[in-house]
Amino acid sequence: MSSPAPLIKAREGLVDAYRVAIGDAFVASRDYVGELTVTVTRDRLVEACRIARDKFGYQQLMEIAGVDYPERPERFEVNYHLLSVTHNHRIRIKVTTDEDTPVPSVTGLWPVAGWLEREVFDLYGVTFSGNPDLRRILTDYGFEGYPLRKDFPQTGYVELRYSEAEKRVVYEPVQLPQDFRNFDFLMPWEGPEYRLPGDEKAEAQAPGAPSPAPAGGPQKVEAKAQPPQPKTTDTPAKTGAGAKANKAATKKSKAAPKAKASTKPRAKKGDA
Amino acid sequence: MTTQIDILVGSPTDKLAPGNKPTAGDQTVSNYTINFGPQHPAAHGVLRLIMELDGEIVERVDPHIGLLHRGTEKLIEYRTYAQALPYFDRLDYCSPMCMEHSYVLAIEKLMGLEVPLRAQYVRVLMAELTRISNHMLNLGSHIMDVGAMTPNLWLFEVREDTLQLYEAVSGARMHANYFRVGGVHQDIPEKVLADMATFLDKRMPLFEDAISLVADNRIFKQRNVDIGTVSKEDALAWGFSGPMIRAAGIPWDLRRSQPYEVYDRMEFDIPVGTRGDCYDRFMVRVEEVRQSARIMRQCLKEMPSGPIATLDRKVFPPKRAEMKQSMEALIHHFKLYTEGYHVPAGEVYVATESPKGEFGVYLVADGTNKPYRCKIRPTAFSHLQAMDFMMKGHMLADTTAVLSAIDVVFGECDR
Repeated sequence: MSSPAPLIKAREGLVDAYRVAIGDAFVASRDYVGELTVTVTRDRLVEACRIARDKFGYQQLMEIAGVDYPERPERFEVNYHLLSVTHNHRIRIKVTTDEDTPVPSVTGLWPVAGWLEREVFDLYGVTFSGNPDLRRILTDYGFEGYPLRKDFPQTGYVELRYSEAEKRVVYEPVQLPQDFRNFDFLMPWEGPEYRLPGDEKAEAQAPGAPSPAPAGGPQKVEAKAQPPQPKTTDTPAKTGAGAKANKAATKKSKAAPKAKASTKPRAKKGDA
Repeated sequence: MTTQIDILVGSPTDKLAPGNKPTAGDQTVSNYTINFGPQHPAAHGVLRLIMELDGEIVERVDPHIGLLHRGTEKLIEYRTYAQALPYFDRLDYCSPMCMEHSYVLAIEKLMGLEVPLRAQYVRVLMAELTRISNHMLNLGSHIMDVGAMTPNLWLFEVREDTLQLYEAVSGARMHANYFRVGGVHQDIPEKVLADMATFLDKRMPLFEDAISLVADNRIFKQRNVDIGTVSKEDALAWGFSGPMIRAAGIPWDLRRSQPYEVYDRMEFDIPVGTRGDCYDRFMVRVEEVRQSARIMRQCLKEMPSGPIATLDRKVFPPKRAEMKQSMEALIHHFKLYTEGYHVPAGEVYVATESPKGEFGVYLVADGTNKPYRCKIRPTAFSHLQAMDFMMKGHMLADTTAVLSAIDVVFGECDR
């Protein structure tokens, strides 16, 4: 018994036949956990999709998913998930692109691609040449930036609120009372090789006891030796308390006892 | 039928060619554009439709979506796998557990994790209860959108019972957060299982009563038959799934064709429409409710005893009682609720048959405890896009019927 995920029967000889059919549009293929991914060249994507649809029976385009890998020269991946209802099989066709190069649109093959491409454009900024209606779709009217890129912060850049003074919704830069906390979780049970600063000559520590978790092998992480920085709270900004909520909070109430006034009478009593 | 409309653009000289000036006494008629929503009782949430009308005939529909966009996919990239689960409840809030289902299956597929048989039965049982619950809402509001009141009230009564069962099982009426990677959160007590059987016996007749009021009703048929017809070819090209593709006449159900969990052990029929109109979609859903009840009965009958989640403690936390005695258990619990589990690098697309259609999760893992990318494939996205060609040439009042028959929920569509 394996995982209870949807059972899809493999199609024998599909990769080879498809590779021959699309010719030099073929870049790479991968069969992972029973899912077939074929990477094709960008400029011959439409042809590869048409062959998949007409000759191999993948009638439906279910999904177009963008992925961002900022460290790659062509940072965006666009994944086309095709489904064959006659062969009961799925295939993923993958192309790569960067910020400036458009991907040919497949709206001519599947009209459903219209919105799916709009979504990738909206969230990643990947352009599709040939899409007749490439507008933003999910984000707000007048939104700037591409929110699902890895260099776009989770909090975004603007927040909006209803301004009582202006009687309308106003956009303002995001102000966070506390920074977004990101913990170092790359320290799994297996343990990365940590080196203490100044101890580089010592032999690397053995990783921790092996775990039966099928985590795909430990992630080797180079611990960055950083100069020790003493934690100080010299200024209010460093305490992490954030800005004052409003002006009213800074005022002292009249009822509050003044520090000097309260100590004086006590001193007199002590004298007596 | 009352539909509130705002007339935005109504310039009578829009369509006139420069050399074709009207002479005195001529009547100029031109298309005008109206705005439907985003606040409208028949919009099923926050949908804004820009409709171009020729008289009362719809010429073009441009749905504006994204008014409920919450950046779920971005948020999930910053959460551990376990922390991301509740976001799925909030996608399609009418069928929360079916949303969780695709997600946990995707992770389990990447990890190659085995799930005990009882957990699989529980998941199927709850998924079908969710389907009933979802269809009660959709069928009821569909009936109401085309003008009838009583069946909606009755169907809401049934839906209330399903939500009660939801609460008994998961502790929450809507946002269940019940499925876990490796199983489910809690076992279902015998009493609740018995309650479910009682629900099926006692409440299904009420459902049949409500449907009998409209299924053969002349007015209901006039409002639905031959409205929004979709051919088989169109259904394939526009990426339809679920009741929408079955109503078009294609017998395609992921529970049958790509069985997950224990669906291959279940006996159920797949209803298929003949004409692909709104009435077919309605009746396909009606029959699906009956088949869901049938699957639930089989689950209740065959459900084995045993653990409700994997015993791999690196994935699923131990019981609290165990933690009081065992140091190992305590460590596992601590690690799981701080760091979480790591999912091996790879990409996977898992789709399940949610009540609305194919709900897919495309998960890219990079070996850490957080998803690198989690793309959610909503069902409503492709269905709503097809609204333009489904509405062409229909009357304005048919908008609500077509919209209800799509079964759109914006939590899922906008993400």
